Amino acid sequence: MSLAPSEVEKIAHLARLAINEEDAAAYADNLSNILALVEEMSAVDTADVVPMAHPLDMAQRLRPDVVAETDQREAFQAVAPQTDAGLYLVPKVLE
Amino acid sequence: MHAKTIAELSAGLRAREFSSEELTRAFLDRIAAHDGRLNSFITVTAEQALDAARAADARLQAGDAGPLTGVPIAHKDIFCTRGVRTSCGSKMLDNFAAPYESHVTEQLGAAGMVMLGKTNMDEFAMGSSNETSFYGPVKNPWDTEVVPGGSSGGSAAAVAARLAPAATGTDTGGSIRQPAALCGLTGLKPTYGRVSRYGMIAFASSLDQAGPMTRSAEDAALLLGAMAGFDPRDSTCVDREVPDYTAGLNDSIAGLKIGLPKEYFGEGLDPAIGKVVDAAIDEYRKLGAEVVEISLPNTGLSVPTYYVVAPAECSSNLSRFDGVRFGYRCENPRDLEDLYKRSRGEGFGAEVKRRIMIGAYALSAGYYDAYYLKAQQLRRLISDDFKKAFEQVDVIMGPTTPTAAFKIGEKFNDPVTMYLSDIYTIAVNLAGLPGMSIPAGFANGLPVGLQIIGNYFDEARLLNAAHQYQQATDWHCQVPAGFE
Repeated sequence: MSLAPSEVEKIAHLARLAINEEDAAAYADNLSNILALVEEMSAVDTADVVPMAHPLDMAQRLRPDVVAETDQREAFQAVAPQTDAGLYLVPKVLE
Repeated sequence: MHAKTIAELSAGLRAREFSSEELTRAFLDRIAAHDGRLNSFITVTAEQALDAARAADARLQAGDAGPLTGVPIAHKDIFCTRGVRTSCGSKMLDNFAAPYESHVTEQLGAAGMVMLGKTNMDEFAMGSSNETSFYGPVKNPWDTEVVPGGSSGGSAAAVAARLAPAATGTDTGGSIRQPAALCGLTGLKPTYGRVSRYGMIAFASSLDQAGPMTRSAEDAALLLGAMAGFDPRDSTCVDREVPDYTAGLNDSIAGLKIGLPKEYFGEGLDPAIGKVVDAAIDEYRKLGAEVVEISLPNTGLSVPTYYVVAPAECSSNLSRFDGVRFGYRCENPRDLEDLYKRSRGEGFGAEVKRRIMIGAYALSAGYYDAYYLKAQQLRRLISDDFKKAFEQVDVIMGPTTPTAAFKIGEKFNDPVTMYLSDIYTIAVNLAGLPGMSIPAGFANGLPVGLQIIGNYFDEARLLNAAHQYQQATDWHCQVPAGFE
């Protein structure tokens, strides 16, 4: 599996990553090598194997429906790049 | 004081041979004197440490102290520490002072341990050499031209150089065991779910696990006892009693059944490492253990499987870094998409971007079955190999790494070669088993680690086996020149 620089740009867009144009070829190279390593998986027939999503067979716990979290907006927004009146600010989304 | 283990420091504090404040100052002085050569710390929290030390001294005075009270420790900069920069080795979080405390650091703080600072690491724990850190590479105290391993390389270098008596680490594919091996330390990755991941910045959530990095198995037992335990804030944390891990350390290991996977001793293993590991196994024979050859036939598939599972989970976990709620934001974004893309493009380093892209690709429409589903099926086969093995043996042993520490820069531009250096540690994470690395000797002057793998929640047996070896040998007592 070999990726072209144009495919890297598509993947970078899916991952919302800005990649410098001059770096795209190097990424294409690296990612192709990693995918070649990953291709070794196809050597094994796994037709009847149940996928393992998680190391421990466990069910999600339930908890009583009571208030467990308190409002910490100020503490959490203190580390935000830009806020105003308790809101996170981003560039204009609607014209 | 810096030459002592946690167990010895604890005894010294109780006997009033020294105070926690004196001890803490001694380590802060060592960091100031020596860390320029190593770069093992990102942040040193001197004032906070001295405050915590004085509080510990008050507890010792009042007779309200546990075995860890007043003992200093360094924390990998992946654990959120309230009000203290928690960078995860990334430009993305260079300006991030965590608004809350991780479970692990909270537990160790409650036990009275004194945080000296936050240690350097590969960016977002993605790396095997500590070269991907935004804060520059960490040097190995045994030879400052070679890597300390990664991703918990700062923790390993700091403890090996006696800049801290112990440190925390995290292990997603070997990030505790591999640097422990390369720096001559005892490192333990517990069973998945044994230690809460709350407040530990996520890389690959089905693989990540925190554990201790220490100078002896006894110290690892003491620390694990304080780190482990149920925490409802981590939905995968297991509600299961925490045993006293020190209780069985002195038990005889006569009759212990050790399995040696033939796949861990084949092609790719440096003969100098093989020789050291063989000698360690002979030592176990002398201690009365029974050694048999076993097979883990899918070992070779663990690296390819891991490099689908881990990047897939990482691409999902790291989507939270969007330049909006915390962390780095680019200058003058044109619009929201530009804000996301440039904040992430400028905030993440190359290796993190590679892994995010591999993950995004493996999870994208049309590729899911070929990559992610396939990897999950192989994960089952790899896990089943261990299940079968543990029907025959009590523990599995082999090398932790195929080679000793390599030169800084040697593998940096070749990700696949770097990934293959984790060949013996990765399968343990995929299966969720506990694994340890302990010092077993030297190859060309650099430390070699013996890996011990156990069945689920069998940490006490690993620690017992490690402690018995450390009673019979002194590899774990060796100190790098210049750091005595």
